[in-house]
Amino acid sequence: MFESILITIATAATPLLIASIGELVVERSGVLNLGVEGMMVMGAVTGFGVTLATGSPWLGIFAAIAVGALFSLLFGFLTLTLVTNQVATGLALTLLGLGLSGMLGEGFVGQPGIKLGNLYIPYLSDLPVIGRLIFGQDPVFYLSVLLTVAVAWFLFRTRAGLTLRSVGDNHGSAHALGINVIGIRYLAVMFGGACAGLAGAYLSLVYTPQWIENMTAGRGWIALALVVFASWRPWRVLAGAYLFGAVSIGQLHAQALGIGVPSQLLSSLPYLATIVVLVLISRNRRLTMVNTPASLGRPFVPDR
Amino acid sequence: MLSGTKIKMGGVVTATLETEGGNLLEVRGLTKIFGTLKACDNVDLTVGRGEIHALLGENGAGKSTLVKMLFGSLEPNAGEIRWNGQVERISSPGAARKLGIGMVFQHFSLFDALTAAENIALSLDDDTPIATIAAKAKALSYSYGLPLDPYSLVGDLSVGERQRIEIIRCLLQTPQLIILDEPTSVLTPQEADRLFETLERLRAEGKSILYISHRLEEVKRMCDRATVLRHGKVVGHCDPRKETASSLARMMVGNEVQAVVRDPVQGMDKAAALLEVRNLSRTPATPFSIPLRNINLSARAGEVIGIAGVAGNGQGEFFEAVSGEVLQHDAASVRIRGKDAGRLTISGRRLLGAAFVPEERLGHGAAPRMRLSENLLLSRHATDRKAFLGTGGTVQTRAIASAAQRIIEIMDVRKSAPDPEAAALSGGNLQKFIIGRELDRRPAVMVVNQPTWGVDAGAAARIRQALIELARSGSAVVIISQDLDELFEISDSIAVMHNGELSKPLPIAEATFEKVGLLMGGAEPGHVEPVTELA
Repeated sequence: MFESILITIATAATPLLIASIGELVVERSGVLNLGVEGMMVMGAVTGFGVTLATGSPWLGIFAAIAVGALFSLLFGFLTLTLVTNQVATGLALTLLGLGLSGMLGEGFVGQPGIKLGNLYIPYLSDLPVIGRLIFGQDPVFYLSVLLTVAVAWFLFRTRAGLTLRSVGDNHGSAHALGINVIGIRYLAVMFGGACAGLAGAYLSLVYTPQWIENMTAGRGWIALALVVFASWRPWRVLAGAYLFGAVSIGQLHAQALGIGVPSQLLSSLPYLATIVVLVLISRNRRLTMVNTPASLGRPFVPDR
Repeated sequence: MLSGTKIKMGGVVTATLETEGGNLLEVRGLTKIFGTLKACDNVDLTVGRGEIHALLGENGAGKSTLVKMLFGSLEPNAGEIRWNGQVERISSPGAARKLGIGMVFQHFSLFDALTAAENIALSLDDDTPIATIAAKAKALSYSYGLPLDPYSLVGDLSVGERQRIEIIRCLLQTPQLIILDEPTSVLTPQEADRLFETLERLRAEGKSILYISHRLEEVKRMCDRATVLRHGKVVGHCDPRKETASSLARMMVGNEVQAVVRDPVQGMDKAAALLEVRNLSRTPATPFSIPLRNINLSARAGEVIGIAGVAGNGQGEFFEAVSGEVLQHDAASVRIRGKDAGRLTISGRRLLGAAFVPEERLGHGAAPRMRLSENLLLSRHATDRKAFLGTGGTVQTRAIASAAQRIIEIMDVRKSAPDPEAAALSGGNLQKFIIGRELDRRPAVMVVNQPTWGVDAGAAARIRQALIELARSGSAVVIISQDLDELFEISDSIAVMHNGELSKPLPIAEATFEKVGLLMGGAEPGHVEPVTELA
């Protein structure tokens, strides 16, 4: 019982973690993409459709990553090249994604999907309690943890990561030093889109292998809240994703056990937690400023 | 005639030889056009090896545009740049650095949220580990007498320390030419002296320096040659050591600048204090701002008090507290004309007879996309309610337009349309309008932050004269400025702000550059005496 709850928590946390890590990189470069929900749902429908057509969940996953990146490229073109308002464009992307995925997925409703199989690591997965949890998960679970390690290492241990953070801190200074601000932001935005696409495919290929309209059900928004909750630090995103995953699973179990907590209150917990964290971290403003990308959401037009 | 031609030819030959032997940088006919404005028009410039070359000019003369083209951040529309005799196209700052051109920016191009070492690493193109860069930067900084902790966070550093980072960053690239854009505008006189020593040492090492400034004394003191720009054109090349400050000024401005007249004041001791600041303290609002520590100041009718200080020592925070942008806990900590004003808003303080001109002209002093007349109403809707607003709050357009016209005429504001948007005016003209808008009310107390920052010399003289006249007509005037020359020109006494503390005002007769400079560097900590007995 306990083990299976832990496993479902990991399954609930993984899509949040992947989407948030992607958005974290985007926001560290100074761009606010509110279209995570839209990119995720596009990834979900693409992953499901391609898997259905080809019979291979792996092809579905790759297609979802590509579509997520392409979808974010549209956002990048609008906000970075045409310098449109990032908030409005991000919201439009979400609305577009929800509508478009509903239309594309009309024929998929009610069709049985194909689940991406789990990877059982020999011997280790037979360990009691943690065996299945750590060594018998689906491949994307491992990828999500690897992704967190890789992004943390990239941002704080490599020159390219330093450059990306500098662009998010002060794009004017970065430009004056000869750093290609727009180019770096394009790459970051596309990385975020690819991650959101993957997170979406996880929902329709692992979490519940089927297609339901609007199946992301607000997870893109939770991912956005998570980035702020984690104050733009990758390891805190990991902790936050599991915390929020636990809350959403706890909510299901609470309902099943007939505990009299309204489910709406439980669904709103991630957002309440984010607000509480925002209040708490704003008390230490120095730390906030060091971690918050100062150029976040500000348009950049180079003079030349 | 024939012999004349020969001499001319001889001159040409010498010039060519010089190109091969001595000149590091030659610029011919460089032009940059923004829309209809020729920011740089056919500019020529030659910098030799091992020389400090001054680039002189007023704000808006095209100095910054020119050096941005040399550093590759702007692309010229026409002209050529020769580096070591070779024509080069400098397409990016990276390309400039590769050639051996380094730059120290006026508005520093540093990242607040990163450490000094990370900031330096960003401008180096190779992949040296941060630890190595930090060690190198530290060693270099000590060898030049500019000590630097490479692991400190830039957001926590003073302006002088930030400049050190920029200079060290530049030196680590071992450049042949170093461009410094108005380097002393943020330094105390003592810090500036230290910078000059560093520059002279670099010259002795054979490096060339292009030194941008509008401060004539330092140019005369240190530079070997000078190129003077006006309205984007070169008006002359000269040897600054052979010129006088006034002859250089004439080249920069184009005509003689009217001297500001300041009559001495009498009977000041008996005059009433119109603005009193008592034990004003403030905790920092952001991690990168300065707390105010127990500030006391009293400005009497008829006097101009200057507040000097290196930028970022609490002047902005002090202005916000006095103007009412930020309210105080203690109502008596700011008193205007004998009434407690510490809990009053800006409009409340204006109604008591005070007027305020903030540092930031666009966005703070004026709404950029609104017309001058609208900006007039925005700042004076409370104090001139009867004149500007009808019953039910309707706007009396005609009364406002005529008041705006009056201000424009008195202050000689030059504009392109009858009632242009604030953003359409040049910095100097907008500042004249903003100052005039407050003067027009004949305020009893006037507090101005950086009255002539970025304003050309002619307009600056007019603004300074107007402020002195206001004081002599019986008002109290407080001027916060980084420009010491300006403060010495117009103040009756000068107080110095350092690290959120304000020194006691020095009467102008006793004040010297040296004394004020030492205070700016924090020579007298804890100088604010505890006020126990307030009369």
